[in-house]
Amino acid sequence: MNHAYDVSHFLAGLMLLASFALLYQDRLLAVLRSFALQAIILALAVAWEAWVQDRPHLFITAGLALGLKGLVIPMALHRMIARLGIHRDVEQVVGVGITMLIGLGLTALSLLLILKATSGAPSLAREGLAIALAIILLGLLMMITRRNAFTQIIGFMSIENGLILAATGARGMPLVVEISVAFSVLIALFVFAVFVFRIRERFDTVDVEALESVRGDQ
Amino acid sequence: MLDSLLSFFGQGVQMGLVLLIAPAATGLPRLVKARLMRRQGPPLLQGYRDLMKLVRKEAIVAESASWLFRVAPYLIFALTWVAAALVPTFATGLLFSSTGDVIVIIALLGSARFFLALAGMDVGTSFGGIGSSREMMISTLAEPAMLLVVLNMALAAGTTRLPEVADFFVSQPLAIRVSLALALLSLVIVALAENARIPVDNPATHLELTMVHEAMVLEYSGRHLAMIEAASQLKLVLYASLIASLFLPFGIVRVEAGVVAWLGGAAIYLGKIAGAAILLGIWEVSIAKMRVFRVSEFLGGAFIFAFLAILLSFLTQEVLR
Repeated sequence: MNHAYDVSHFLAGLMLLASFALLYQDRLLAVLRSFALQAIILALAVAWEAWVQDRPHLFITAGLALGLKGLVIPMALHRMIARLGIHRDVEQVVGVGITMLIGLGLTALSLLLILKATSGAPSLAREGLAIALAIILLGLLMMITRRNAFTQIIGFMSIENGLILAATGARGMPLVVEISVAFSVLIALFVFAVFVFRIRERFDTVDVEALESVRGDQ
Repeated sequence: MLDSLLSFFGQGVQMGLVLLIAPAATGLPRLVKARLMRRQGPPLLQGYRDLMKLVRKEAIVAESASWLFRVAPYLIFALTWVAAALVPTFATGLLFSSTGDVIVIIALLGSARFFLALAGMDVGTSFGGIGSSREMMISTLAEPAMLLVVLNMALAAGTTRLPEVADFFVSQPLAIRVSLALALLSLVIVALAENARIPVDNPATHLELTMVHEAMVLEYSGRHLAMIEAASQLKLVLYASLIASLFLPFGIVRVEAGVVAWLGGAAIYLGKIAGAAILLGIWEVSIAKMRVFRVSEFLGGAFIFAFLAILLSFLTQEVLR
């Protein structure tokens, strides 16, 4: 068992755990902290890959992950939550238990799928891809099961964490693409923020169920 | 011939040892808790004194109790003791090692719990019934997680026999394995729940709304209560030994190494158990008990950890093959 693989497996496993923590938490600030933690672990994982694979430009990716998603975005969301004054519980469509079970199923599915699809690829890439797909699916699951606009935003951001992990595991993602993805996520945050405030203004809540009432066909 | 004699003798020593240290292992967290709360706390010998007192006292049995109520304490004690004899403590290769299968241990503990729950309902008081129902709820949640942890270890070591698993992990080079860390977390949660320790149940309370284990044994007295107390103390030692032998397997000697080597193994084993007991005491003063209905989320966490551990170790095996 080699050292390089051990550490990257450890960090990727921790990221997966952070995704489950995101699904499990039902308080906004705790969700935010789990997200920041996942981004910081992502930064460590990317930095480790940069060190092991000797690809120094990945250090920039790690710095972006740490700076933008570990610090700036959580702090911005924190200020938004504080301004809206919503520190209460998050409502969920399905209970925590069922969500976690679905999450486990999705994780198993993505591992089996990637292991089948990538046989013959280098082990680090397979590992990274498998866990990255799991994190992406868990982020999607989080966006589906949550009704609060904030937790949906965080679900979206954690999908992007998974994408970065996949990109670092596989060779050949150019730096330009990574930087543009990182900044488009930042832009997305601004758009989300504007929308959240608009929703709040109009419906007096950030529960997206309220939007159902403006559907024309009902 | 000499080896088989040694393994026979070693097995006897282990069965005596776990029985001997059990009251102290339960008393130590109590002492640590008391000291951390700036109280004097009961001395370590208190557990032995309590057991002696209970044995000498008259056993009072409710009028509505059936034969099951009288038999259950001895059955529970015997089943737990046999299970404790199968877990590797200071030496491997003992007489029972060939049967020291984790699944056997889980089954023995499960039967003990079954009899305890039946005995709780036998007298027909409402406390006994509520205690039994809660115990069953907790154990239905804890047992799958426990089995998954065991499966994870068995996948890594290629066997479910505990002594061989311990030998396997001793022989492995030191490595960072996130799946083992998750399995450890899961097993610790299960152990806390199974031993009725604080976030799930409070061993020091007789408050009607919260008690689980104490509610089931409320009707027992005298020597029957002594048996049940001894069994629950043994169970704590058993889980501590299980965690120690799976995750800190260093210092376990082979039984053929002779009696002098056993002493070293036993000293390390006692150190591990004392460490676990002190950590348990610190843990218990630093956390509050959960509501009964939140226990399912807590134990669900154990299940998630165990399942993730299996998935990750599967991934490692597949990727590195």
